[in-house]
Amino acid sequence: MKYVATFLVLFVSYIALAGIHVQELLLGAIVSAILTVILAKHVNYTIDYRFPVKLLVFIFAYLPLFVWQLVLSNLAVARIVLSPRIKKHLNPGFVKINTDLKGDFAKLTLANSITLTPGTLSVDIDGNDIYIHTVYIKGKTPEENRQNISAKFEKVLGVVFK
Amino acid sequence: MEIASYIFMTIGGLFYLLGGLGILRMPDTFNRIQAGTKATTLGAFTLLIGIGFNNPEWFPKLLLIIVFIAFANPIGSSALAKASYKSCDLPDNLVQDDLIDLFGGKEDGPS
Repeated sequence: MKYVATFLVLFVSYIALAGIHVQELLLGAIVSAILTVILAKHVNYTIDYRFPVKLLVFIFAYLPLFVWQLVLSNLAVARIVLSPRIKKHLNPGFVKINTDLKGDFAKLTLANSITLTPGTLSVDIDGNDIYIHTVYIKGKTPEENRQNISAKFEKVLGVVFK
Repeated sequence: MEIASYIFMTIGGLFYLLGGLGILRMPDTFNRIQAGTKATTLGAFTLLIGIGFNNPEWFPKLLLIIVFIAFANPIGSSALAKASYKSCDLPDNLVQDDLIDLFGGKEDGPS
């Protein structure tokens, strides 16, 4: 299955770059197949028979949430940056939250999502803990912070990366 | 279609402007990184989508660029934040610092 996953990634990027013509598709398939044989032992992702379902969940549940949070975070930054007294909006600090997600790719996606949500920036991952810089700390306990920052992403990503 | 494309490009430009303003006005390193990352990510997305409306045949390539930016931008900012935590003086307005568990104080970095 690793070979199939590598082939699909290469071939889809090739189609996106080259467009759809018969000759290009043939050449792309051959080149992707050759590269798959070389590269497959170095990749550490794989797919299984639930992949189409996961892809649908990813596109229709995760992406709208992600884009919405990205827009919200930009509006928050805009409000802070454009306010005359900037210090009033800041209460910065580093907090630690922990996550239930397994697997490197799932944690990477979660950390990237956290970076792009309002007022948070993930600094480092250590095992199951993610260290986050926040512009304005609201919660007092780790559990509250987790509710505020990552709970809604974890719910969706838990379905995608099972 | 053309009008939509110009509207998107203008919004993208505005977000870039906000990012620059944020880098200028925020008081310390980490808040600056935050402002820069978020504003430039959404700015790049809207800019590229605007270009895509103008030239629909480029859309798949622009989507690839968007995916790449969506991965590279947050990772880059995490690396910057981690490096500056390790090697620079911390700002004095922090209210909480859990990262000290991980890096164990500041003995090993230049201060």
